[in-house]
Amino acid sequence: MLIIGEKLSIIAKRVREAMLKKDKGPIQEIATRQWKEGSGMIDANIGPAEDGGEDLMQWMVTTIQEVVPLPVCLDTTNFSAVEAGLKVHNNQWGRPLINSTSNDPERFPMMEIAAKYNAQIIGLTVGKGGLPADAEERAGIAAEIMGRAMEYGIPLEDLYLDPLVLQVATSQDHALHVVKAIKMFQEMNDPAMKTVVGLSNISNGCPKTLRPILNKYYFVMLMDAGLSSAIADAHEMAEAMQEKKTIDDVLSGKSIDDAAKMTEIKKTMDIFMNKTLYAHSYLEM
Amino acid sequence: MAFVEPKESFAGKVYQITIGSDKTAVFGGENALPFLTVDGNYPNKPVIAFEIQDVPPTDWPDTVRKAYENVSGDPVTWAKYCQNELNAQAIALRLVGTHPDRENRTAEDAAKTVKDVLAAINVPLIILGSNNVEKDSVVLVAAAEAAKDKNCVIGKAQEANYKTIAAAAMANNHKLIAMSELDINLSKQLNILITQMGFDKERLITDPMCSALGYGLEYTYSVMERIRLAALTQNDATMQPPILADVGMYVWKVKETQAAEADVPNWGNVEQRGITWETVTAGSLMVSGAELLIMRHPEAVKAIQKFIDELN
Repeated sequence: MLIIGEKLSIIAKRVREAMLKKDKGPIQEIATRQWKEGSGMIDANIGPAEDGGEDLMQWMVTTIQEVVPLPVCLDTTNFSAVEAGLKVHNNQWGRPLINSTSNDPERFPMMEIAAKYNAQIIGLTVGKGGLPADAEERAGIAAEIMGRAMEYGIPLEDLYLDPLVLQVATSQDHALHVVKAIKMFQEMNDPAMKTVVGLSNISNGCPKTLRPILNKYYFVMLMDAGLSSAIADAHEMAEAMQEKKTIDDVLSGKSIDDAAKMTEIKKTMDIFMNKTLYAHSYLEM
Repeated sequence: MAFVEPKESFAGKVYQITIGSDKTAVFGGENALPFLTVDGNYPNKPVIAFEIQDVPPTDWPDTVRKAYENVSGDPVTWAKYCQNELNAQAIALRLVGTHPDRENRTAEDAAKTVKDVLAAINVPLIILGSNNVEKDSVVLVAAAEAAKDKNCVIGKAQEANYKTIAAAAMANNHKLIAMSELDINLSKQLNILITQMGFDKERLITDPMCSALGYGLEYTYSVMERIRLAALTQNDATMQPPILADVGMYVWKVKETQAAEADVPNWGNVEQRGITWETVTAGSLMVSGAELLIMRHPEAVKAIQKFIDELN
């Protein structure tokens, strides 16, 4: 399981300010912490970065790799920023990952760049027409992206399929669609296709105390489905891996000593399985 | 081979609610989807309440205002007219005049109106605020006290003001409408929060927020349908209170119920068009799960009554 540390995102105020001021301190501190917590790659999300995206991505890649011996996941919709980042990326620590292309023709140039720089790339299974309705639609789009990747000369081993995790608070039925899509994606090639998710989106919009619980248990469900990587909080995911046996035990119907924990796991899994309707207070019911 | 009728049976059941203290009205109580009597028990027909206001309905279009021309200047006369002449099963008194942007009537004014109306009618009363969250939390508390023990429906409690309104409904023995904005998960959450205060879930009515035909009706339809399915198939107690469709307020402000025939000749007669708009909106929401309807035009109410009788 590859954890791609999610914390260096322009959405976070502290990170955004450091990016604006080109202040290496906070960026390197966060990157180092994620590495120590078990990340195998660091996501650098600079947003759309329409102005000065090239400089910013280069600065992010070099700033991160100055202190952390890991590859970087270049996260922006700006093609030239991705290309600029790839030019300075230190492949000694592993191959970079582009985040992302999709089935939208506007995002195809990302594949051209991936092929040119021998980079890995995430294929988000959305098209121009909006969000996929279910697992089958995600798989259909995945097949088209795979075909397109081969046309561009990208080996399928370098393509990570992303089924697009949606918020459980508003799109509850998609939690299970995504699990099913992860299983379907793997069947689509031999060796199995690699998969990735933006995990924390599952708990976006949920109360703060609930977020780690939803993130961790959903991660375990996806792991059981064969997920190969996640853009996530490495600290939370390390905890999830420690708790995995307990969770699997509860799911297989065994009793565990900690009754409160058992209830928490059951109730949360019922949410993901669409057996009970989500509400922010579901654990109190 | 003989035909076997496919039947669905559900684990859950909608709570049955009785409102009023003299003449009463009963709705809910079913363990089947709307009107599907073949699948289970559907003991009560939906109840329709006529909407009246504490102030003259100057904001209502002429076509619906005309139906109450000689009575709507005074809420008591208006209420009696609905009960005695239109055979209303229930009256919904909207205290819209308390809104700060309207007449800004005080909570005391509102309480007096409630008392006067209650003294004049014997059918159940639904008491609605002006949908201003701050003002409602004062007005509805006073109104609930003024109607103490009359088994009214108080509404609407929303996320921002549910605590005071639910406490007042509880202390004065009323039913309570909980409204959230077209989101089933928030609707469930609000019902949880209200019951966590000690409010009996069997005294709640869920309002997932209405919308008129052509203005998001399909969203309301879908949320109501999902609430009902959660109540029946998942046996989710938080989603088992009956559902309210507050139809008239949403219908009689859209342009289709108001635009003059001279301006849009191919739309047909404006009065008939408005009545049809309210009928179609109410009918759709009733078959998606609403058990309590608040409506304005007597002809639309008649049409829905007929619809209910034919479906039963």
